[in-house]
Amino acid sequence: MFANLTIRQKQIAWAWAFLALPVLFYGVIRFYPTGNAILISFQDWNLLGSRTWAGWENYAKLWNDPVFWKVFVNTFEYLLIGTPLSLLISFVIAYHLDKVRFMHGFLRMLYFLPFMTSAVAMAWVWRWFYQPVPSGLFNKLLASVGIPQIEFLNSTTNALPAVLAPAIWAGLGFQIIIFMAGLRAIPTTYYEAARVDGVGWWTQLTQITIPLLRPTIVFIVVFSSIGFLRIFDHVFNMTTNNPGGPLDSTKPLVLMIYQTAFTSFDMGYAAAQTVVLFLILLIVSLAQLWILRSD
Amino acid sequence: MASLTDVPAPAKPTTEGLLRNPTGRGPRGHGQAVRWILLFLGGVLMVMPLVYMVSTSLKWPHEVYDVNLIPEEPTIENYTYVLEDGRFYDWFVNSLVIATITTISNVLFDSLVGYTLCKFRFPGRQLVFIAILSTLMIPTEMLVIPWYLMSQQFGWLDSYWGIMFPGLMTAFGTFLMKQFFESVPDDFLEAARIDGLNELQIWWTVAMPLVKPALAALAIFVFLGNWTAFLWPLIVTNSVELYTLPVGLSGFGDEVDVAWELIMTGAAISTIPTLVVFLIFQRFIIRGVVMAGLKG
Repeated sequence: MFANLTIRQKQIAWAWAFLALPVLFYGVIRFYPTGNAILISFQDWNLLGSRTWAGWENYAKLWNDPVFWKVFVNTFEYLLIGTPLSLLISFVIAYHLDKVRFMHGFLRMLYFLPFMTSAVAMAWVWRWFYQPVPSGLFNKLLASVGIPQIEFLNSTTNALPAVLAPAIWAGLGFQIIIFMAGLRAIPTTYYEAARVDGVGWWTQLTQITIPLLRPTIVFIVVFSSIGFLRIFDHVFNMTTNNPGGPLDSTKPLVLMIYQTAFTSFDMGYAAAQTVVLFLILLIVSLAQLWILRSD
Repeated sequence: MASLTDVPAPAKPTTEGLLRNPTGRGPRGHGQAVRWILLFLGGVLMVMPLVYMVSTSLKWPHEVYDVNLIPEEPTIENYTYVLEDGRFYDWFVNSLVIATITTISNVLFDSLVGYTLCKFRFPGRQLVFIAILSTLMIPTEMLVIPWYLMSQQFGWLDSYWGIMFPGLMTAFGTFLMKQFFESVPDDFLEAARIDGLNELQIWWTVAMPLVKPALAALAIFVFLGNWTAFLWPLIVTNSVELYTLPVGLSGFGDEVDVAWELIMTGAAISTIPTLVVFLIFQRFIIRGVVMAGLKG
């Protein structure tokens, strides 16, 4: 029967044959659940009883929930500390690493290795570093030079930066590599011209390197912002005895979602939180498109 | 080639040249030596947590509180102890099987879809492309609740399938592969068509071999992502023997409390495999990560 089809009809048949299973997958595993999440966010449901329509109740509850605002602030603290800091550190390292030839591959490997680790494993390693004496490495080092002990994970002010540190550390390798790829893409002729004109390194950096790196910088900012807004593994594992503690001082949005859904089984309320997360991430992604639109 | 009169345009980073020698634009002499030493010290600092993890996993409990890096009497006792009760063995196998199957599925389906969207002209093409691309905007966290309900309904909770199904295809991989198939000339495919190959054969025997580096990049990203995945496996598994390494390690850490040498051993078991793979295929993996990062 296929013999009667034209070449173009055959092509269409092949294309849909190839796409049939994937289209089903995206429909059932991506689109249907997305709609379902939004639907559940307007319902009241504890997983056992019946689902009842709640209207905007979950969102109103969220608006009036002091824990949510605490979590909201925490989440943006992760973002606002994590993104600029990791951007700065990775740029400085990439900038200098790019100028070094001797054992270049070896140095690059040292910086990249942490990226290949699992967040859960590293959270436990860092958690150990943060312990009070006699087990914690950092406090032992402080003690050896006579500096008083620091409460890392038990302090409401220090815990968030302490949890953030390994997240920044693990992502640096990736950002450095991307920055180096960006640096290599800048034609050397610009630098040669600058040198002929006797322009100093600072002017070269601010007038040539950084402006030409714009697409790379935007990519890294958005990539790491999304990562920090979704932080979970590190927080959960460094505070397992009281997830998000002490006193919710480290709790990010994803952890609140996890607890609302799978500890309190308040599915409607949790779904409303996921919709808020979705909107935040959407705004960040759209901002990227808007910034890059002129390029 | 850019000339001196060109107006500087933002330079799109590429993977080309990344593996060539660095530009080496630095000054010669003392400054360069200082730069190297500082970079080396920074690099050592970067790997310190990994070194401490491995070193402590080789220590006897009484030595754990010492800062020394090299154990006085190295022992594999911790590994024997941790592996003895079989749980880490189970978790390791679970993680390996799940990450492997998911990787194979992504390499096959993402490239098939990417290829179709790139090389075929058919009604609905644009719609399918935009629909798949738009799923990139949906965070996993928004889907875990509906996925959980689905798994509960269909009896997928606490099974390999339950852990794997959400990641069997990804929009990221599809988009990545579509980009790379652009570089495959249509003439090649046309020639194969004239030779009498059907479309499935053309995709598999002509197009796929031409995008091997991209397939490798995709495979690395998917494998690493699934090997380290935590949130969904944590939600969907209940029985200890079905945990993946990260989920198992998380519970194990709580259970042994302050026995840090055992926790470091567990962390090492879940980290060393990816580190070893990286050390063997270093150049390859770095190029892959840049390709996936920039094009995806």
